[in-house]
Amino acid sequence: MGNAYLILEDGTVFCGKSIGSQREVISEVVFNTSMTGYLEVLTDPSYAGQALVMTYPLIGNYGISIEDMESSRAWPDAFIVRELSRIPSNFRSEDTIQNFLQRYDIPGISGIDTRALTILLREKGTMNGLITTNEYSKAQIEDLLPKIRAYTTGKVVEKVTCAKKYEFTDSGDTVPQPSTVGVRNELSEVMQRELYSRHFRVALLDFGAKRNIARSLVRRGCRVTVYPAHTSAEEILNDRPDGIMLSNGPGDPKECTQIIEEVRKLYDSDVPIFAICLGHQLMALATGGDTYKMKYGHRGGNHPVKDLKTGRVYISSQNHGYVVDVEHIDPNLASPAFSNVNDGTNEGLVYLNKNIFTVQFHPEACPGPQDSGYLFDRFLMMMNSQSAS
Amino acid sequence: MPKNPDIKKVLVIGSGPIVIGQAAEFDYAGTQACRSLKEEGVEVVLLNSNPATIMTDRDIADHVYIEPLTVEVVEQVIEKEKPDSILPTLGGQAGLNLAMELEERGFLKDHSVRLIGTTSRTIRRAEDRLEFKEAMEKIHEPVAPSKVVKNIEDGEAFARSIGYPVVLRPAYTLGGSGGGIASNQDELDEILANGLRLSRVGEVLVERCIAGWKEIEYEVMRDGAGNVITVCNMENIDPVGVHTGDSIVVAPSQTLGDKEYQMLRTSALNIITELGITGGCNVQYALKPDTFEYCVIEVNPRVSRSSALASKATGYPIARVAAKIALGYTLDEIRNAITGKTYASFEPMLDYCVVKMPRLPFDKFITARRDLTTQMKATGEVMSICTSFEGALMKAIRSLEQHVDSLMSYDFSDLDDTMLHRQLRRVDDQRIWAIAEALRRGFTIDGIHKATQIDTWFIDKIAILVNMEKRLREEPLTEELLREAKRLEFPDTVIAQLTGKEEKDIRLLRTGYGISAAFKMVDTCAAEFAAQTPYYYSIYDGTDEAGEVLYADSRQQETVKQENTARKPKVLVLGSGPIRIGQGIEFDFCSVHCTWAFQREGYETIIINNNPETVSTDFDIADKLYFEPLTPEDVENVVRTEKPDGAVVQFGGQTAIKLTQALMEMGVRILGTDADDVDAAEDRERFDQVLGRCGIRRPKGETVFTAQEAKEVAGRLGYPVLVRPSYVLGGAGMRIAISDDDIDQYIGEINRYTQEHPILVDKYMIGKEIEVDAVCDGTDILIPGIMEHIERAGIHSGDSISVYPASDLSDKVKETIVSYTEKLAQNLHVIGMMNIQFIVQGEEVYIIEVNPRSSRTVPYISKVTGIPIVPLATSVILGKKIRDLGYEPGLQKEASYYAIKMPVFSFEKIRDADISLGPEMKSTGECLGIAQTFDEALYKAFLGAGVRLPKHRNMIITVRDEDKEDIIDIARGFDRIGYRIYSTHGTWKALRAAGIEARQVNKIEMESPNLMDLILGHRIDLVIDTPPQGIEHQHDGFVIRRAAIETGVNVITALDTARALITSLEDNSVENLTLVDIAKL
Repeated sequence: MGNAYLILEDGTVFCGKSIGSQREVISEVVFNTSMTGYLEVLTDPSYAGQALVMTYPLIGNYGISIEDMESSRAWPDAFIVRELSRIPSNFRSEDTIQNFLQRYDIPGISGIDTRALTILLREKGTMNGLITTNEYSKAQIEDLLPKIRAYTTGKVVEKVTCAKKYEFTDSGDTVPQPSTVGVRNELSEVMQRELYSRHFRVALLDFGAKRNIARSLVRRGCRVTVYPAHTSAEEILNDRPDGIMLSNGPGDPKECTQIIEEVRKLYDSDVPIFAICLGHQLMALATGGDTYKMKYGHRGGNHPVKDLKTGRVYISSQNHGYVVDVEHIDPNLASPAFSNVNDGTNEGLVYLNKNIFTVQFHPEACPGPQDSGYLFDRFLMMMNSQSAS
Repeated sequence: MPKNPDIKKVLVIGSGPIVIGQAAEFDYAGTQACRSLKEEGVEVVLLNSNPATIMTDRDIADHVYIEPLTVEVVEQVIEKEKPDSILPTLGGQAGLNLAMELEERGFLKDHSVRLIGTTSRTIRRAEDRLEFKEAMEKIHEPVAPSKVVKNIEDGEAFARSIGYPVVLRPAYTLGGSGGGIASNQDELDEILANGLRLSRVGEVLVERCIAGWKEIEYEVMRDGAGNVITVCNMENIDPVGVHTGDSIVVAPSQTLGDKEYQMLRTSALNIITELGITGGCNVQYALKPDTFEYCVIEVNPRVSRSSALASKATGYPIARVAAKIALGYTLDEIRNAITGKTYASFEPMLDYCVVKMPRLPFDKFITARRDLTTQMKATGEVMSICTSFEGALMKAIRSLEQHVDSLMSYDFSDLDDTMLHRQLRRVDDQRIWAIAEALRRGFTIDGIHKATQIDTWFIDKIAILVNMEKRLREEPLTEELLREAKRLEFPDTVIAQLTGKEEKDIRLLRTGYGISAAFKMVDTCAAEFAAQTPYYYSIYDGTDEAGEVLYADSRQQETVKQENTARKPKVLVLGSGPIRIGQGIEFDFCSVHCTWAFQREGYETIIINNNPETVSTDFDIADKLYFEPLTPEDVENVVRTEKPDGAVVQFGGQTAIKLTQALMEMGVRILGTDADDVDAAEDRERFDQVLGRCGIRRPKGETVFTAQEAKEVAGRLGYPVLVRPSYVLGGAGMRIAISDDDIDQYIGEINRYTQEHPILVDKYMIGKEIEVDAVCDGTDILIPGIMEHIERAGIHSGDSISVYPASDLSDKVKETIVSYTEKLAQNLHVIGMMNIQFIVQGEEVYIIEVNPRSSRTVPYISKVTGIPIVPLATSVILGKKIRDLGYEPGLQKEASYYAIKMPVFSFEKIRDADISLGPEMKSTGECLGIAQTFDEALYKAFLGAGVRLPKHRNMIITVRDEDKEDIIDIARGFDRIGYRIYSTHGTWKALRAAGIEARQVNKIEMESPNLMDLILGHRIDLVIDTPPQGIEHQHDGFVIRRAAIETGVNVITALDTARALITSLEDNSVENLTLVDIAKL
């Protein structure tokens, strides 16, 4: 194993060992604080265009279980860890993380002080960086910095969305599902059975969707059709879905100008809409709202979000660098439904006089807490009341 | 939801004396909770019988009762103090049970007192086997299926329905004997038949066998509004079958993927929601290693040992938050005290790995079985933090202070492969060392996994460490290799040993290569937010956060701020490491008070300690906390970073004292008594010179190095003699020898470990044992009070009942004691604390030993005299004079009441431990009895120690020949209060001759009915058995004492204790206890 280097746009250099591909890459460096779920994180399309730092130091302990992948491949431009496990140990493990990174040609670095790096990103805000196995001189690094600074993720949704429309049928039942009984659920068991047997037809707009969004719907009896990101509103509406799901995805929402126009048309329809993460931001932009880039984002599995109606706090899985500006929400159009307990940022919106509900966090979990999975039930209720009316 | 305004006065019940399974963690939790309540303006009434705790300090609660934890006492406290609420979930199982009993009696309702935190219904649903099972079934959470059967057929049928293997547990048998695991019907038939025969009630529990599954724990919290969070999960390296308190535990879990992690997390949250817990809770799981199958083992609806560990592992203050929740706050209203920015409604994210190791007492109980089972045996534990598992394990090992510093410390090299394989299958405290040896021999990881059921991931990590040993042994010590060895936390001493170099060479090499430790912060959030509470651990592969290396804008501003306000002198306070017999919670009490005193004096305080159960390692006690092993090298790392102006070693027990020399070599000033003077007190010859100068006598004795010399000395002095190593605490290794054979054996035992210090052989004197703690300022001394031990010299002072004030000392003796203390203080130049033990024979006073440091009795004597000794000593250390502090030097005025400290033992937990008392300390904890009269104080002390007599009024007395005269009065007393006395022949004859009606009973090896039958008949209250001195202790007596202890019978092995007991029982006037509020003394 040779050396590998991370050169940040402020000139800081971290040196470690090369893992995965030896490819040189410039990307936006972000950190994730999840202690488990590195495979789900690696295969989350929202990380496209970013180099990912795991703050948890021991990665690869339980190997790779293909069924846990959240999409068909790994997406980050690079993967930065403190230590990769020498052997994986788990009854489902089919491969090592070392091989996995090789297979998807993801370059990476192990053996660096990820905590020091994280503090730097926290204090200075998200930075771009160059990941390389070349040892550059000081002067060469100086020359590289403008190029590193110039990097933007760009129109990255196009890279991650599906090529064409398809039916999604996998319920992911080979792994344990969160219990749908008990008092932590909003629906009674009877009501659940009733709604799940309705087999609602859901159109899922794929901006880089994690599989468990579709799986969460399939498990609730829904028939899910996945559409490429640039499908026109007309085409979707023509298929007469009972509900529309706007997925998560990578990049700056404002780059998605075309998509925003189509989302606006979806807003104008009467079809119930549930949106997650990028979908939530796009709906806000489509209805005159604004988004801005956070200093270093929310990425991890421990973020508390408060349901502003009930006062209940849920621990959520999150992955976003942009956020909807709560100051610019037209109170006649939408009202905040969730907010982040730590920093007060917006975590969800309900659209007034509409069957539209959007959240910034990830109720589909994978990785992370399953606490807000009940929101999919809420989506089913929306579809139910709409079809009743 | 804001605070409930109806809660104004809260009763907090503590957990009582420290016993195995219920230790210092509840002092930590209770103290944190009381402070959390007081901070909200709530009036706190505290009840706990344990005087060694911080929680029973007058500044922790408004009213403090150090009284026995019985229902009657709690009722009295409630009647007197009229609290509106009880917080029952912070005092361990003891506190919880008491509160439940009061609730069930209707007492709480009658007195309009409510349980806050968790309701009684919730507690019942979590604790009652059947109700719990029903609750779990309701929400589809699996529990290991089990059934009580009374015959073979039912057993077979049930085993078929749940599948083999099954565990069989006979009800009511000695130490679980007769049980076992059956893998098929034949085995079941055999074990079950035997178990049914052995069980007193003819019942055997048949249970699905989950031995070998992964044991995983979740610490969860829920508030009154229903918000739920997980604080931490933990994975036991030892699979199910070993009590989690005896397991090596790692946090967070290492071998669980997100699917398993979230599956169990969701389950834990569903469970506390269904049970309706408000506060902290612990859920234990067994997870099948090759499927997603799991079952819930247990739920603790309260804070626990695991929650203390989780708090320290994550920085999340569970007890503090639980107390706020009990007052009505919701998680999102409680600030995260670590970051100061975020709220309690989040889940801590770790960016390091935590390893906990148990501190087992097998060094004290050398006859005990080392096997680890579902019965916890550890007295304490250590925790370590590192970025790698290997590093954390290495640090935890050397934190144990059990003569272990690496995976080579227990030597299995003399076992052949077959024997080693057998050793691997033994579940005991040395298993990881056996695994290391197996790896050295080339056993495969899979093979070791099959033998131990330990996950291969952990075995591979041990293999990495073993491989490093090999590389250090075989390869040249390059920079790269040294760097990697340090990353894996190999101490310099071990590297030196493996490379054949000197420790100082390794240090020199490291300096040359620039390899030094850096410190990282524990901040609950993996650096996502800037944290305010400096809580650090060391690593070798990263940049430093504790020193001056700073990154960016906001931090820079902070430093500037610090520089303006700082310039405070810095003091290093060394903690006392894991709780063990002989060095318990008392030393944590002293360390914490010393820290607070320094803070009041304007010092910046830095604590180094590795015990997750204690108050001293709470995040807001010192200005900075370093969670590190207490070895010279680890301490030096902190010293190099912090550059303290001085260090105090006299409050951290022997652990801290042992570091004195090393600290001086690092150039750290020792505050208080000079190290050389400490040496003068410990070095026999120098001490004798001091005594000579002072004109003080001590029992004759000499210093020796070999058994031969010892025998010669014993010959000169005449047997019996006391043999002990110098520089030890808790009488470790101390024995009474009555023959040359004894000396050979004892010195052999002492020399099992490297003996750097000489051995002391003293004439064994019988007399009244007296103890004082004193504060000395160089000129004057202050003695808060004189304590007397009820058991005569020969029984370790920590195991003796201690009485304050000493009852029948003449004024002349008292004057002599004060004058000796003064002379010794002056001649040893003591600045700070000292502890002296005397023997008084008639009017003659002899000295046994002097320890120029804080002692075990300091918390007790501080509380009962109301004199804050540790803060006083701290002021004195800083140069103040006793007279300036508002005290008149000398012996302080005697109290008008009696305060008796009673030792408490955990013998029933340690199979095959000998319970007879002697010069080696065996008690794990203590309780207090305080009252106007001696008899009532004594009665309370016994009550607090769990001696509730009489019950059946049957007792057994068997005493050694030399006690036959002294037993008469004692036996007569028991006879008078209606006891039926059973004795074996010799004692029976003596009692009959004195006219006491006693019944003769056969010795144990004779036919039934014999002594054993009596004990197993469960009708015996008490056994008085004084074993003969010396090593040739009868096997008989040992078996009787064990049988009695394991069936819950009180056993007394010293006549003085028996005399005290009958004194307290004979006085009828003490039926109605009077309460004493310590805070008002």
